[in-house]
Amino acid sequence: MIEIRFHGRGGQGAVIASEMVAVAAASEGYDVSAFPYFGVERRGAPVTAFTRLDRRPIRTKCQIYEPDYVVILDTALLETVDVLAGLKESGVVLVNTDKTPADMKAILKTDRRVITVDATAIAIRNRLGSSASPIVNTAIVGAFARISGLLSLESTKKSVMDLAPVKKENNAQAAEDAYNETKEE
Amino acid sequence: MVKKVITGNGASANGARLAKPKVIAAYPITPQTSIIEKLALMVSNGELDAKFIKVESEHSAMAACIAAQNTGVRTYTASSSHGLALMHELLMWASGARLPIVMTDVNRAMGPPWSIWADQQDTIAQRDTGWIQFYVASNQEALDTIILAYKVAETVNLPAMSIEDAFILSHTMESVDIPEQETVDSFLPPYEPKFRLKVGEPMGFGSLVMPEGYMEFRYKISEAMDEARNVIRTVGKEFGETFGRKYGLVEEYKTDDAEVVLVIAGSVASTAMEVVDMMRDEGKKAGVLRIRSFRPFPYEEIRKVAKQAGLIGVFDRSYTGGFGGAIGTEVKGALYNSDASLPVKNYIAGLGGRDITPKVLRKIFEDMFESLNGGVKKEVEWVGLRDGSGRW
Repeated sequence: MIEIRFHGRGGQGAVIASEMVAVAAASEGYDVSAFPYFGVERRGAPVTAFTRLDRRPIRTKCQIYEPDYVVILDTALLETVDVLAGLKESGVVLVNTDKTPADMKAILKTDRRVITVDATAIAIRNRLGSSASPIVNTAIVGAFARISGLLSLESTKKSVMDLAPVKKENNAQAAEDAYNETKEE
Repeated sequence: MVKKVITGNGASANGARLAKPKVIAAYPITPQTSIIEKLALMVSNGELDAKFIKVESEHSAMAACIAAQNTGVRTYTASSSHGLALMHELLMWASGARLPIVMTDVNRAMGPPWSIWADQQDTIAQRDTGWIQFYVASNQEALDTIILAYKVAETVNLPAMSIEDAFILSHTMESVDIPEQETVDSFLPPYEPKFRLKVGEPMGFGSLVMPEGYMEFRYKISEAMDEARNVIRTVGKEFGETFGRKYGLVEEYKTDDAEVVLVIAGSVASTAMEVVDMMRDEGKKAGVLRIRSFRPFPYEEIRKVAKQAGLIGVFDRSYTGGFGGAIGTEVKGALYNSDASLPVKNYIAGLGGRDITPKVLRKIFEDMFESLNGGVKKEVEWVGLRDGSGRW
């Protein structure tokens, strides 16, 4: 079973990102579940969302405490949220930042694999949200597909097209751009 | 059949849509869930040919369902926690009037303190209303149970509730097979009640009955509830033949040779089955008996499992204040006049949405094995309590 935890802020689309990964994985034959942190939602507040994927039927029905992947949509959260909590030894961190993976690794003070993608620049380039408040979720989903190797670009784009409420083409393009621009050192 | 990744609320809304209710009456504000929002959309865009009645309270929602059902049409509503509590009086009316209304309850804790999270207190508190109660463990089952519940309810003329855990199912997306309308229609024929209110044909429902007659009405309900036990088995089997997913009063998981069996209602049972496999990998013979139908109570199934097990644990996500949890006391009640003579331990856990992880369930199973060998030291134990004891 593969467990993924997304960290974002209300309005960035972290919950929909968790759902897009689930829908794409389901189309590739995985059993899936996707859910937000069981709490109360407010715009701007920290948001946590989860996705589980497995080749067997998923029976575990509780929140995720030891993820295989942590996906960070907004580095402003690093000051207030313990984003790496419970991350497995073999775990991977995907961060939306313009910094290099090496710089990000130093900031996070972790020895886990760290991968970066400038999802904010990709979202702005594809006119998703405003430059002050870009909607970065579809770019981060594209990046996740690339780094995890779990999802093909086609199924990812299709899931983005299905679930993006508006600007479907732009969102799919953002996913593709991120798929191609994700960096690991 | 279409496979879709949807939430428990989406699954329930689709189950209701496929059962073709003619009237949906609901209170639209908190603690209402998105089930009603989704159905309102289906009615407005023509996907579902029904009258949607927005009312000012859950009490009125059930009153509207009762009145509509009396005219001979299928009705549906949904609620949760305090909304269900407010319905209490009319829940009694629905069963007393023998109206096979079907509703979904999203299982949530009762306040105060205020809580919106998973807990079975709201529905356990409605145990004595004469409603059939199904506790589901997946989104697929949430959809299936509504279709199945109509068939059972309309056979025995009692209302039925499909109950899904808040958040753990209601807000969680899972893969769900959405059956074709034609298949559902072949399984669930149109509702044809024996009696109905018609303009021009005056008829009274639920009038005053003197002491000479009242008990017989209640006895008939008791008979119908007993009959429901077999109807659920038969309809559950038929459901399996039609849709490929069979349901009973309970789901047994590795109970055949289990030394300890944990009885659970709701989605925690699903996680517990995963834990049973972990325990079995270590040679520990654990099993799970999931209660799907709490009303009628599956006492025969429980007695069967108790015959070979060494100890039964009962997981209650609610408490009855005074003597453990409701499922715990009922399991004990079911065993008392049977051949089984084994210890039963009641665990109260997960109240107000406290997350039940595999780790917590593992500790419960380990405690069951300890109690099997060393005796039950505490008949009712609250699990994970932050009481400073460090026990859990």
